[in-house]
Amino acid sequence: MIPIKYIIPEIFLSISIFSLIIFGVFKKESFSAVYKASILIISLLFLMILTNDNEPIKIFNNSINLDNFSIFVKFLILISTFFILIISRRYLVDINNNKFEYPIIILLSILGMFIMVSANDLIVFYLGLELQSLSLYILAAIDRDNLKSSEAGLKYFVLSALSSGLLLYGCSLLYGFTGSTNFEIISNSIGDLKTGTIFAMVFILVGLAFKVSAVPFHMWTPDVYQGAPTSVTSFFSVVPKIAGIAVFIRFMYVPFNEIINQWQFILIFISIASMILGAVAAIGQGNIKRLFAYSSIGHIGYAIAGIAAGTENGLKSTLIYITIYSIMNIGAFGFIFLMKRGTKYIEEIDELAGLSKNHPMMSLSLLVILFSLAGIPPLAGFFAKFYIFMSVIESGMYTLAIIGLVTTVVSAFYYIRIVKIMYFDDPRKPFENDKEYGIYTSMAISCLLLITFFLYPSIFSEILSNISIY
Amino acid sequence: MIEIGLGHYLTLGAIIFSLGMIGIFLNRKNVIVILMSIELILLAVNINLVSFSIYLEDLVGQIFTMLILTVAAAEAAIGLAIIVVYYRNKGSIRVEEINEMKG
Repeated sequence: MIPIKYIIPEIFLSISIFSLIIFGVFKKESFSAVYKASILIISLLFLMILTNDNEPIKIFNNSINLDNFSIFVKFLILISTFFILIISRRYLVDINNNKFEYPIIILLSILGMFIMVSANDLIVFYLGLELQSLSLYILAAIDRDNLKSSEAGLKYFVLSALSSGLLLYGCSLLYGFTGSTNFEIISNSIGDLKTGTIFAMVFILVGLAFKVSAVPFHMWTPDVYQGAPTSVTSFFSVVPKIAGIAVFIRFMYVPFNEIINQWQFILIFISIASMILGAVAAIGQGNIKRLFAYSSIGHIGYAIAGIAAGTENGLKSTLIYITIYSIMNIGAFGFIFLMKRGTKYIEEIDELAGLSKNHPMMSLSLLVILFSLAGIPPLAGFFAKFYIFMSVIESGMYTLAIIGLVTTVVSAFYYIRIVKIMYFDDPRKPFENDKEYGIYTSMAISCLLLITFFLYPSIFSEILSNISIY
Repeated sequence: MIEIGLGHYLTLGAIIFSLGMIGIFLNRKNVIVILMSIELILLAVNINLVSFSIYLEDLVGQIFTMLILTVAAAEAAIGLAIIVVYYRNKGSIRVEEINEMKG
């Protein structure tokens, strides 16, 4: 029997994408309707995944693995996309980019991510990854009359296609040396073969590091974040990162589980380099989107530190980290969407001077989010870093933990500098005071979660208690 | 006569792969050349997969190759579309002039 009932969410998503395309083509001025329909589809998907009570199962000849891990990641992807669509709607209308293709391409990339995170086979994984990346290339260049956006799209396309090629070369070597594309068979036969599989592992690691923008493969991030429209940047900085980290975990813990000694050192290096670069390079940035690009590189470094621990706790702390990271980033980008005068959106940090005089609530919420990004207790960002360092220390990697702590302190400098500019500099002209209830609500939810997390920090260990990947 | 075995095919794949990499990083002139280099990389992967598939007597590698060919075509289409959009805004596709943002 074909196990259709397990992939109903994916089928529903594909069918609704095609119907939306047809609807959008035949009806004029369909942006608003398609946009609302996409938000509705995401909510329905959320309910579908929430209400399904299927046991963890492997279907289609073991090529798709629907375990608790992939379901958790799908939840995260859906929730973040929901909020990002809500906060970025007004922006798209304002920059005159209200094309109906935009939400459809976002849905397509989500479909790719769904396939990617539940893949248990190199072929399925590759197809999901490409569906996601191809949609993201278009998204980066979607503001097609803007030179910066098309340049961002071009840069992202070239580097991401290159990384897909590297990853694919690794996949072909892995297939050749182990004789199978299935993750579990690879995992069973990888232990006895050494040199060849290490080559394959390095190529795949490079490709994955590109996708999550870890140093030394980060060079596209600042340019793409700055050039792409802010709505796309907010999507880029959250959702593909979640999927990328999930796939990273899946690769390291399933097919490469037996050669942990080989990848651990590479991951430690990547993690340290990302943390240092994220902390140092962001200091001189004047553009807030560029600053958040470097900040996201640093945060990915912490998440990879959790993977490098190589234990069950490390895996869980990485998932907690990426969850809290998305909450913080959604709040922060909600703020960036409010930075406008007239119809012009502002990206310069200096323009925030004295914001607290004109917009006290706005600056207070940014203060909470920035303190949380910097990891100041008792906000949620502190606990995220705390769990990562706990699992790193449990694995005996003290150097990594010490460097991580030092870079946390360094990166606190540029977060707190924004707070200083907002609260202690001379006020500039106030921002536009639109009643953007979608953004207000998202920012309020984000801040509330960050502030109240310390009351019940064990919530994640309860949610994640039945997640295992082996 | 030399017997042509798996090693030779893998070497060919590795050479084409390196050519693709070099083409991306040393090219300072034209973005289209980068697109061709990406195709070269995917071609090297296909050669690898097909030769492994024959060597292992396992069809999965050839199926993988078919799927990669399809994806490569889609990727080239999107890449060319992005290049056209970029050319309309900038009026040039020289690689060294792609420097609107830096720092």
